[in-house]
Amino acid sequence: MTAETAPDHNSHTHWFLIGMRGLFSLPAIILMLSFVGFAAFTAEAKIPVGQVMFMTGMVWALPAKVILVGSMLSGAHIATAFLAVTLSSVRMMPMVAALIPEIRTSRTPTWLLLIVSHFVAITAWVFAMEHVRDVPRYGRVAFFAGFGITLTLTNIVLVGLVYGAVSEFPPIVSGCLFFLTPVYFLTSIWISARHRVIYWALGIGLAFGYLFAVIAPEYDILLTGIIGGTLAWLGERMLRQREGKR
Amino acid sequence: MSFEGPWPYIYIAIAGWLATDFWRWSGVIAGNRIDEKSEVLNWVRAVATALVAAVIAKLIFFPTGTLESSPLWLRLGAVLAGALFFFFGGRFRQILGIAAAIAFLAAGLAIIGA
Repeated sequence: MTAETAPDHNSHTHWFLIGMRGLFSLPAIILMLSFVGFAAFTAEAKIPVGQVMFMTGMVWALPAKVILVGSMLSGAHIATAFLAVTLSSVRMMPMVAALIPEIRTSRTPTWLLLIVSHFVAITAWVFAMEHVRDVPRYGRVAFFAGFGITLTLTNIVLVGLVYGAVSEFPPIVSGCLFFLTPVYFLTSIWISARHRVIYWALGIGLAFGYLFAVIAPEYDILLTGIIGGTLAWLGERMLRQREGKR
Repeated sequence: MSFEGPWPYIYIAIAGWLATDFWRWSGVIAGNRIDEKSEVLNWVRAVATALVAAVIAKLIFFPTGTLESSPLWLRLGAVLAGALFFFFGGRFRQILGIAAAIAFLAAGLAIIGA
């Protein structure tokens, strides 16, 4: 991302605006297509549009919202719904924990990071990990906030607008819309990897993701993350140490 | 449950918002203590990437909606076609890879008559 149009490269506003421009990027467009699908899903389930817009802003992460809607539809107790959503969202913690050291400076206040962290979901995370290296450190929080806040607000409005308009898509279209997300995530993680351990974690995570989905579908994401991620880290580190000795 | 009145909003705020932001805030607290050059961050990166990879694997192997009834070989073929264009695509590899995967899937769905 270049900044040739900007008058003042040193202001937070400048980097916030550059982040906003990320709305016209491939990942943002793919996410918006996914939200069109989500709007169709909730409209079919007859969840009132106000509640759909509210949860888009408050929950933001798409997988968590799908689980929340499922709980609402089945009439689950609020504690049961909380448990299901929270288990699906544990992944937020390492994602945010990996992002924070990349974007903060020694003077970034924690309250600001707590607010900005709300806009982390898979798409924003992948986008930020890919582009934040091109932004000077002092501008990174503003850059991420500009992207995350714009993307969230746009999708709240988008969901409200298309809710009444989308009927059922032809199966080929909805199938392709669905498949965009995993394919985009794969390419983006590969491109944004700056460390060899990322490739290892991606490969092992895909294999373990399948394995645990078969043998422990309730906790598959969590188990894959902790076991697969740790194995990837250990393996890569052993290789690194062996290379260091030579 | 009924979708009338304020209750659904309270339900969404507690079971949705608090249930997700709790982990984001924990991530901020944890991330604030991690040194950018430390081995711990490498581990956190690996775990975060493996978690996202698990979500990807689930979407590919166990999709919901229309693709649920599509054959696995078609979905894997689409990923393979995408990978081929991605690794030999040069400067535009990302968009080429994604386009190839989706084109392969769309063609397959059309042929088997989805």
